Amino acid sequence: MGEITTLHYLVVAAALLIIGTIGVLTRRNVVIILMSIELILNAVNLNLVAFSRLYGLQGQVFAIFVITDAAAEAAVGLGIIIAFFRNKETVNVDEADLLKW
Amino acid sequence: MNPVATPIFFYGLSIAAIVFAIAVITRKNAVHAALSLIGTLVSLAGLYLMLYAPFVAAVQIVLYAGGIMVLFLFVIMLVNLDQNIREIQFNKQWMVGLIAALALGGLLLFVIRQGREIFPVNLSAALPEGANTQMVGLALYGQYMLPFEIASLLLLVAIVGAVVMAKKRI
Repeated sequence: MGEITTLHYLVVAAALLIIGTIGVLTRRNVVIILMSIELILNAVNLNLVAFSRLYGLQGQVFAIFVITDAAAEAAVGLGIIIAFFRNKETVNVDEADLLKW
Repeated sequence: MNPVATPIFFYGLSIAAIVFAIAVITRKNAVHAALSLIGTLVSLAGLYLMLYAPFVAAVQIVLYAGGIMVLFLFVIMLVNLDQNIREIQFNKQWMVGLIAALALGGLLLFVIRQGREIFPVNLSAALPEGANTQMVGLALYGQYMLPFEIASLLLLVAIVGAVVMAKKRI
């Protein structure tokens, strides 16, 4: 199986990023779209931590900042979902066409 | 201290992470997707431990799997998705998704192939082991003081924003 290098971690992070992108682009349920965004942020975090193994501690500090951002984004996003559900009785993104003419 | 059976743990954890991630974007039921996302997060915490980042791993489990996912489950409970399960789960953009995934995958593969020589193969040097939490704390309160304070301000704004969004009448 050989030794595990940074490249292995980069490939895992790339796979998670692509899966998250597909989820954001193809799902209709807005809750699951937010979960896919969390997947993308986690892929970034894995990259940062993998590089911090090579180049020092800064990567881990930035990973913590990314986690903070993810928490803020999830709180605001889920608040928007609740407001949207109260108005339209649905959570599908393609039915959110109020701003489309 | 030499790690034991690194490849087995690495492949096990990363395959678990990817399989759970695929489950997140394919499950019909949002609760199942949320539980799969917890699986991905915990597997990634294991990978962080393998990279000698125990503090980030602990934050990952406490904050992500403990905090953010509870928030998600609460919202799933509040917006009552029973009717949504019977509807079509995917929109008609699968072509866009496929093209974006292929382009992104090709780009990342190209970058990783080109950059192969840049990264040192040996992962054993660089970061000193032990006292990781202490060093992260010193970095957060020393060199990264201003970003740390800005992050706290961001969280305050997010709290106020979430309350204003979710409130019926302000």
